[in-house]
Amino acid sequence: MQVPARFEYERAQSVSHALALLDRHGPESRVIAGGHSLLPMMKLRLARPEVLIDINDLAELSFLGVEGDELVVGALVRHAQLLADPTVGRFFPIFHDAERVIADPVVRNRGTVGGSLCQADPSEDLSAAFAAVRATAVIQGPDGEREVPIREFHRGPYETAVEPGELLTRLRVPLRPGAGSAYEKVERRVGDWPVAAAGAQLRLDGGVIAEAGIGLTAVGAEHFAAPGAEEYLTGRAPGEEAFAEAGRIAAEDCNPQADQRGPVAYKRHLAGELVRRVLTRAAGRAAGRAGDRQAGE
Amino acid sequence: MTQDTSGTTTPMGFGRMHRKEDARFIRGRGTYVDDVRLPGMLHGAILRSPHAHARILSVDASAAEAYPGVRAVITGATLETLNLAWMPTLSADVQAVLATDKVRFQGQEVAFVVAEDPYTARDAVELIDVGYEPLEPVVDARRALDADAPVIRDDLEGRTGNHIFDWEAGDRAQTDAIFERAEVTVAQDMLYPRVHPAPLETCGAVADFDKVTGKLTVWCPTQAPHAHRTLYALVAGLPEHKIRVISPDIGGGFGGKVGIYPGYVCAIVGSIVTGRPVKWMEDRSENLMSTAFARDYHMRGEIAATRDGRILALRVKVVADHGAFNGTAQPTKFPAGFFGVFTGSYDIEAAHCEVTGVYTNKAPGGVAYACSFRITEAVYLVERMIDVLACELDADPAELRMRNLIRPERFPYTSPTGWEYDSGDYPRALRLALDMAGYDKLRAEQAERRRGDGPQLGIGISFFTEAVGAGPRRHMDILGLGMADGAELRVHPTGKAVLRVSCQSQGQGHETTFAQIVAAELGIPPDDVEVVHGDTDQTPFGLGTYGSRSTPVSGAATAIVARKVRERARLVAAAMLEASPQDLEWSVSETGGRWSVQGSAGHGRSIQEIAMAAHSNLELPEGVEGHLDAVTVYNPPNLTYPFGAYVCVVEVDPRTGQVKVRRFVAVDDCGVRINPMIVEGQIHGGLADGVGMALMQLMAFDEDGNHLGASFMDYLLPTALECPSWELGETVTPSPHHPIGAKGVGESATVGSPAAVVNAVLDALRPYGVRHADMPLTPANVWSALRGSPLRTDLAIT
Ligand SMILES: Cc1cc2nc3c(=O)[nH]c(=O)nc-3n(C[C@H](O)[C@H](O)[C@H](O)COP(=O)(O)OP(=O)(O)OC[C@H]3O[C@@H](n4cnc5c(N)ncnc54)[C@H](O)[C@@H]3O)c2cc1C
Repeated sequence: MQVPARFEYERAQSVSHALALLDRHGPESRVIAGGHSLLPMMKLRLARPEVLIDINDLAELSFLGVEGDELVVGALVRHAQLLADPTVGRFFPIFHDAERVIADPVVRNRGTVGGSLCQADPSEDLSAAFAAVRATAVIQGPDGEREVPIREFHRGPYETAVEPGELLTRLRVPLRPGAGSAYEKVERRVGDWPVAAAGAQLRLDGGVIAEAGIGLTAVGAEHFAAPGAEEYLTGRAPGEEAFAEAGRIAAEDCNPQADQRGPVAYKRHLAGELVRRVLTRAAGRAAGRAGDRQAGE
Repeated sequence: MTQDTSGTTTPMGFGRMHRKEDARFIRGRGTYVDDVRLPGMLHGAILRSPHAHARILSVDASAAEAYPGVRAVITGATLETLNLAWMPTLSADVQAVLATDKVRFQGQEVAFVVAEDPYTARDAVELIDVGYEPLEPVVDARRALDADAPVIRDDLEGRTGNHIFDWEAGDRAQTDAIFERAEVTVAQDMLYPRVHPAPLETCGAVADFDKVTGKLTVWCPTQAPHAHRTLYALVAGLPEHKIRVISPDIGGGFGGKVGIYPGYVCAIVGSIVTGRPVKWMEDRSENLMSTAFARDYHMRGEIAATRDGRILALRVKVVADHGAFNGTAQPTKFPAGFFGVFTGSYDIEAAHCEVTGVYTNKAPGGVAYACSFRITEAVYLVERMIDVLACELDADPAELRMRNLIRPERFPYTSPTGWEYDSGDYPRALRLALDMAGYDKLRAEQAERRRGDGPQLGIGISFFTEAVGAGPRRHMDILGLGMADGAELRVHPTGKAVLRVSCQSQGQGHETTFAQIVAAELGIPPDDVEVVHGDTDQTPFGLGTYGSRSTPVSGAATAIVARKVRERARLVAAAMLEASPQDLEWSVSETGGRWSVQGSAGHGRSIQEIAMAAHSNLELPEGVEGHLDAVTVYNPPNLTYPFGAYVCVVEVDPRTGQVKVRRFVAVDDCGVRINPMIVEGQIHGGLADGVGMALMQLMAFDEDGNHLGASFMDYLLPTALECPSWELGETVTPSPHHPIGAKGVGESATVGSPAAVVNAVLDALRPYGVRHADMPLTPANVWSALRGSPLRTDLAIT
């Protein structure tokens, strides 16, 4: 039995209560959401918080839906909830593609969107998906709310813009009518963390790419994004060659590390190949051939 | 009895029926060692080495000893005073129980804390301060014998290197001569990587030493309870009759629960020291890091053949990585297990192999994971070599196999390394597998796909022969204990029976299979037979369950002891019927077993009536003392040789290296099938194992000797989603020397399937000029192989 070191436990009743508890217990306290990242680390004694502040009762953080021209995803929305939501699927198939390959149903039932982003694991799938759609993170602290563009949210492995004493409360994603998006991952086994994965969103206008968003995970891409490839695509006609070139640029710009999932050259190759594939699929979806998982492969 | 394929009704003997033990398992009512809770029980935890190789400079346990709730801290120094710091392994070596001089692998046991609860024990472990002087580790087995390699076992007198043993089989001169003049020769280096059986239930023990009675009771998930008891007696000097080993329900063993682990000894010492029962349960990482691994064979195979595909000779060289202590569990005369059957299923004129065992700074073990004493490695080698030859000759791998298989008329067949295969019809099994797979159509689809650059189709074949049921006691023993099994059968007055056997189920369904054997012999329903196992105070001596030996050995003992009962029943029936025993005949109908006077079926007695009479005031004939109970010991005359033909179909995406197993056809011949449902379950599990080993199970070590697969995040087990719907077929070739013709099946699929999966993947890659890549064929490895540089899967990827 793997058991964590001793800790105290508090259950927050509201966001303000959670913030008060964070303030009272100081830097050695940690928020716990689904616990699927934090508890394994505690059991391996890689994390030793003195106090856990449980935010699972904060219904205010579980909102998921469209508000105005944005999709709002509460920090406590579970992976499973995101995956099951038809509105999410209609506007952002990228999230459904991604959620289908994140962990397994057991983890997805408990794990949260906020926990995934705050964990800031360099292999987190949702980080790349939110980077691709250029979301905005809403963070609440003792002095009120602030907004951080998702591409400034992650500051490095396991480091985010959320300061001690703050909570991530929700993500806001602008709806882009007519855009298409997709996500694809190479894993060693179902439920495994990615060897590499890529997500893309494309908005076309008058036969050219008006806006491209590309997210990459597990390959050391800064802020989980591929700005060079995005820039290359903007204003260009979508097509096989353009997508392959964008993949090539993204592969060149990322900085993978070798580990037991694969050597650097392989991960770099995958970054390019997967970017090419998700762009092809996103373009297909943008053009109205929605839902065809095989399109362009 | 009519055949019921659903398994919901009960046959009077062999046939499908639901497993008797499943009622408790599916209700969560099994009793595993962690369910054992005794009054006053304490809990142990082990401090393990963070280093692969380091000298121990100091151990300071004072802070742990002072920690509230701690009852004892045991270190190597404590054990030295009891002469228990080292224990013998199953391979005539010694292993540290708790390290004293050096640590020799990451995860090695250094100290043991006993506390009031498991949390306190874990917290206190962290308070033990150990001073280490890190030493250079030996990580790469291929460098272990280098002149400048650090000496791992400087505890052994006069040891100047890491060499453990050399072992050879076959005729070197004859083999070399054939190679000299052969038209075609091929050679291939290959690694069967280190893997771990990773049973759902980790290892653990509850030890209870009663100071008043002097009796030690150990609950522990051991596959060999009697061998454990004898070893505890020999090592600890405790009288054997005062030791009781209870192996409760086991959550998977696969060979990893044959040996004695330091944690068991620590729990025993902990109980002796504190006077209270002590439980120790390993966690997942401890299990993966420190308990018996399997394989780790670095092999070089060579085949000599004619240009038209007749295999003439096979030559093999192996460097076997045994880890820091030589702790493989295998018959004493077989340091390389049964690797000697490496000529597999083929009629080959000459063969020779050399195996060199070496020490490395890794966990000990070596024979585990359903390997049939290294036949897994042997089958993988020969089946890969056949495909390498097929590549060289541009031949069809199915035809090449068909051409060289041992013909049915050659049985009993003596292999060039001296094994006597009992029975088989190999071409029939291979033909059936190819037919089921639709081989020609698959090849046509493959050719079609090869014209494009999309996912490629690969078709892999493996034909295996196993040698199981160890074994004839003249040749086979473990630490001097001959590998024969006892059985006791008691029949109550009402005709219900209790069978006591020495083997121990880890999930194989013994309580059902063995009841069915008795049922078939005595003509009583299997539900009327209680099978008792796993308790040394309750069962006769025997060597346990591994190497697919339960049905071949204990199953035979069961049939024979039941036949003894039946013969005794004949005498009693004769007295009842006032007839001569020779005039009686035995029959089993739907109502059960019966002795009746020949030719007048109505004039007879049922087995239940006979059982009652045997306990009654009936005047018994001379030579019958009363009751029907019997005892036997079965010493197998030979091993049994199950075999099978497997076809695996994969799709490989050459752009990402991902492999998908599309189909798997498995034709198994394990002789007579007692409960076909259980047999199929064993095969399903083994096939899943094969997919796991071939594609994902990765246990590499970095240059510092750090274990890179020490959790299920890194050591991946296959799930239902990686497994196709298995397509099973069967042929039945009974074993001529086994009382019921059964051959054993527990390991067949694990032995046979990895080569089929690997051959399939490499078959898909054939147009790209790839001839070999080592397991596991992860996406990264496949992609690297496509670029001409497959990965070294035993080392860290850099
Ligand atoms: C077996 C397994 C497989 C997995 N596979 C994948 C995979 O393939 N791909 C993938 O992307 N992920 C995978 N994961 C990770 C999983 O998706 C997420 O890590 C997990 O869901 C994180 O969410 P959580 O709610 O469980 O976070 P928790 O473990 O509760 O918290 C994680 C961290 O975030 C902090 N935190 C949580 N919520 C907030 C908040 N609102 N504000 C501020 N800080 C917060 C916590 O303090 C903690 O530091 C896997 C996990 C497991 C256990």
